[in-house]
Formats: sequence, structure tokens, C-alpha cells
Amino acid sequence: MSIDEKIVKKIATLSRITISENEITKLSSELNSIIKWVEQLNEIDTTDVVPMTSNVNNTLHLRKDVISDGNIVDDILSNAPMTEDGFFLVPKVIE
Amino acid sequence: MIDIKNLNLKQIRDGLQNKSFKAIELTETYLNEIDKAKALNAFITVTPDKAISMAKESDNRISKNESRNLEGIPLSIKDLYCTKNVRTTAGSKILKNFIPTYESTITNNLWSDGCVMLGKLNNDEFAMGSSNETSYFGPSINPWKRKNDDMPLVPGGSSGGSAVAVSGSLSAATTATDTGGSIRQPASFTGTVGMKATYGRCSRWGVVAFASSLDQAGPITKTVVDSAIMLKSMAGYDVKDSTSIDLSVPDYETNINKNIKGKRIGIPGEYKIKGLDADIEKNWEDGISWLKSEGAEIIDISLPHTKYALPAYYIIAPAEASSNLARYDGVRYGERVHRKDLDEMYSDSRSDGFGEEVRRRILMGTYVLSAGYYDAYYLKAQKTRKLISNDFDNAFNTVDAIMTPTTPTTAFNIGKKFDDPVTMYLNDMLTVPVNMAGLPAISIPSGLDKDGLPMGLQLIGKRFGEDDLFSIGSVIEDCRGTFPNPAQWWIEK
Repeated sequence: MSIDEKIVKKIATLSRITISENEITKLSSELNSIIKWVEQLNEIDTTDVVPMTSNVNNTLHLRKDVISDGNIVDDILSNAPMTEDGFFLVPKVIE
Repeated sequence: MIDIKNLNLKQIRDGLQNKSFKAIELTETYLNEIDKAKALNAFITVTPDKAISMAKESDNRISKNESRNLEGIPLSIKDLYCTKNVRTTAGSKILKNFIPTYESTITNNLWSDGCVMLGKLNNDEFAMGSSNETSYFGPSINPWKRKNDDMPLVPGGSSGGSAVAVSGSLSAATTATDTGGSIRQPASFTGTVGMKATYGRCSRWGVVAFASSLDQAGPITKTVVDSAIMLKSMAGYDVKDSTSIDLSVPDYETNINKNIKGKRIGIPGEYKIKGLDADIEKNWEDGISWLKSEGAEIIDISLPHTKYALPAYYIIAPAEASSNLARYDGVRYGERVHRKDLDEMYSDSRSDGFGEEVRRRILMGTYVLSAGYYDAYYLKAQKTRKLISNDFDNAFNTVDAIMTPTTPTTAFNIGKKFDDPVTMYLNDMLTVPVNMAGLPAISIPSGLDKDGLPMGLQLIGKRFGEDDLFSIGSVIEDCRGTFPNPAQWWIEK
């Protein structure tokens, strides 16, 4: 499989990363060289192998469903680029 | 003046306890050295006021005989660990003004044990890199140089600043993180000891996430004993990290046992890769004869899927990164590029805030997770990961630890490999398999190559087999003999 310029544009949109027209060719060739290199995995037979999703074999710990913090609005907003009246501010979404 | 260049963490701990010097003198000496070492660019943020107030508190406690385990020891922290009210950038433009309102579990453990914070250390942006060159704050520079060659060298990455600060004696020890070799590779490049703990040994809470199933913390130090002392304080179960393991932390320092008679050490043939420096291969053989002479049994083993670890890693790590880094949206924290349209604001903020390598990995991760490609890449990589992990499980039926070189080459010139992502990735060939399987591993300085640059040997252990690594590592250290400090060319007169 190869990553053509159309796919680069699509994944850039999915990633919410703006890329300029003159970056597209370079990115397409870089991503293709990485993909070509990782495709050596096709040499291995993995038919009956169970995919490994975690390094940890323990069951998740349960905790009591209680409120452990709160009243930290200022903390939560302290790094936001724009806020108003205790809310995050974003560009207008609904016309 | 305290001769910090020739003191390791253990000696500093003892010096503070028997009152040979005060915590404040020690801290001021380090701050002074840091100030003179700007050429190394090891620090993103220095915190002198905080350091001095913490050191005063330590002196106060020492005088009242109320010392905690690591009272008054000056450390620096990789800028991937969130520190309350101290800027935490992850080496990225998008977090250049981020000031956490909370403390990571690991740093909290260290401060509770009495350590003093000197500052925050340079690293590759979001820990994505092997040379510290992807940092928005510029590369950190290796204190080591080749004989008769003034070319600046990379310290390795991503924990470049952490390795430089120890190698250049700018901190008694540092914290670091390792997703594919980011502790061990820079340790090897700078003649320091780098320990990546077993996955789940240290809490990841409050550490900026790169690839959550691979990320694990550990210390960089001058000696193996120092590493044992640091890990004990850093490690432990944390309810705030669901993958941290509820298992008591051994006293690694007192458990070090240099009698390794009968220990079985595996030597995997697959690590003798094409491109392995001749000096490094020779050094590996030296390591084998050192352990043999101490009574260890050397066993040839096979880890057949080794060569597939790196390509599988470059699917899994970007996939997890693309998901983890979705949170940088210019809304809740991080830099924003102001636009009238919401989607444009997201895309332009991320495009402006992330560097080239980070953008490339997010795109790659998005591709391998997207509809139509998921099975061919991501699922295939997860299955490969299982085979790699099985290889190690099989090997540990017959051996107690595995010894390999840490890196295929010694430190390289700044700028050398930057234009070609795949060549840069090959640096992590010998370190990545360990992360895939979640095992502990340590890199120990084991000699100098023909150019006078440090080389490192890697010991890989069983899950939660850190004790064995510290013991065998101490033996390697003894057999190797005293390791020199780099010449201090960076000191401004």
C-alpha cells in the first residue's frame, strides 16, 4: 500500500493538523518510506497469534464511587488560552 | 567548595548525614555549575528559589535529626514530569507556557523523601526522538567529545538533558522516561547509568503521555547503587495509574549482591546486528568475560523476532501517540492560534504548536489506525508484539538476565541523521524490544571506544527482576574499573 497525496490530505484532516501544499509531497514520500520499512512485518506468520494489548496481566482495581475532589474551577481554567465566567471560550460553533 | 564532580549520590547522602557539608552549600554549588554550563543546554527551566528553600528545609530537618531517606539531595527532573507551579513543557512549543496545578506521583515521592529540585531538563519534543534535536528549546549537547575533534555530539534522546545533567555533574541524579530506549540510549552515549523499570513499577500519573502501553520511568545516575537508591523512592503502587502494580518495593540498595556465582546470563545472537560498531562488539565480549570470571554461566540464547520489534514499535508508538496527543486542541491548555472557525483553530494551533517529528508521528499513527488499514498495520503490530514478548518468556526459562550492547554506535554528530527518519529510528534497535515486552533493563557504562566516547552494556531482566540487574550491573561496574568524567570544556571562564 502506498500513501499518496490524497491520503496525506485525508489523514491530516483526521489529525486536525494543517499542512501546506508544498509539504504534502515531502510528507507523502517520508511516510511511504516508513510504511515500506514496517511492511517487513508481513514476513511473519501471525495467523493464530493473539494480539498483545497490554503489558500488565492484573485485573483493574475497583474503587469506591465517591467524589474525591471538587471546587477547583480556577485550577482547571488556569492554563486555558481563553476563558469567561468560569467557562472555556472557543470560536462560535453554531450560527 | 564541594567537589561535586567526584561525588556520587550515595556519597552525597552520606556527606549530608555526617554533616561534612550542608544541603544549602551543596545546592548553591550545583546552581553555580548549572549557571556555568549554559553551553550544554541541559535545562529548560532552572528553579533556584525553589531549590534554596527546599535545601533550607532539609538543613533544618538534618539539624533536628528528622531526616527523610534522601534529605537534601539535589535532583533535576525531565520536563515531561508535571511539577506543581513550575512550567512543564515536554520540550514542545504547544506547552511552552504550561504551568501544572498538580505534581506527578514520582516527583511527589522524591520530594516526600527530602530531595531538592534544581530544575527541569531538556528532552526531545514529547519524548519523540533519539538525539534531543526535536526539542523546541534546541538540542542539549553531550559533555563528551571525540579525541582531537571539537564537533559537538548529541547526548542521545529523548532524555538527553537528564543524561547530560548527570554526566556533566549538574545534578546528583535525574529522572527520565523510556518508551523505546529514551533512558538507556542517552545513558550509554554519556557514560551514565540508565534504568528503565518494569512496566507498572513506577506510576505514570502526571507524566506527559507519549505511548501509554510502552512509557515507563526510571532514573539516570552516576553509579548502579545510586540507581537502586533512586528507583526505590520513585517506584510504587499508585491508585491514580490503573496500570501500576500493587507490589511492595524491595530495598534495592541493600539487596545488591555481588556474588553472581551460578547466575545464568543469556547472550542473544540476534543482537549481533549489521552496523554494530567493532569496538562495541569487542566491549560486549569483554562484558561476557568479566561475568564469566565472576562465576556466572554464559548461555547462548535466541530471540528470533528481534528484528521485527522496531518496525512493530513504529506502528504501535505513533498509534498511541496520535490518540494521546489529541488532547492538545488549543482549548483547555496549551498554545492557541486564534481563528474564527473552530476546526481551523484546532488545526492551525496543532500545526503551529507541534514540531516536524511529532506531526509526522501523529499522521503515521492516524494512518495505521484509520478504517481500512487497522488490520494490516496496527493489529499486525500487536500480534508481532506478542511474539516478541513470547521470545523473552522462553529465554527466561533458562536464564536470569540477558546482556547486550545498549546501542549499535556511540554518540554521533549533531545534525548527522536528522534528514532521514528511518536511519534515526535504527538507533533504538537494541532497546525497543524491552519496551514491547514491558521488561526492566539497565545500561551501564562499560568502556570508551577508540575515539574516547562512552559505550554501554544493557542488562535485561525478568518482570520485576530489577534486583538482579542492580547486582549484575554492580559486578560489571567493578570489573570495568573507575569511569572517567568528561573534560569540562563547557565552563565559561
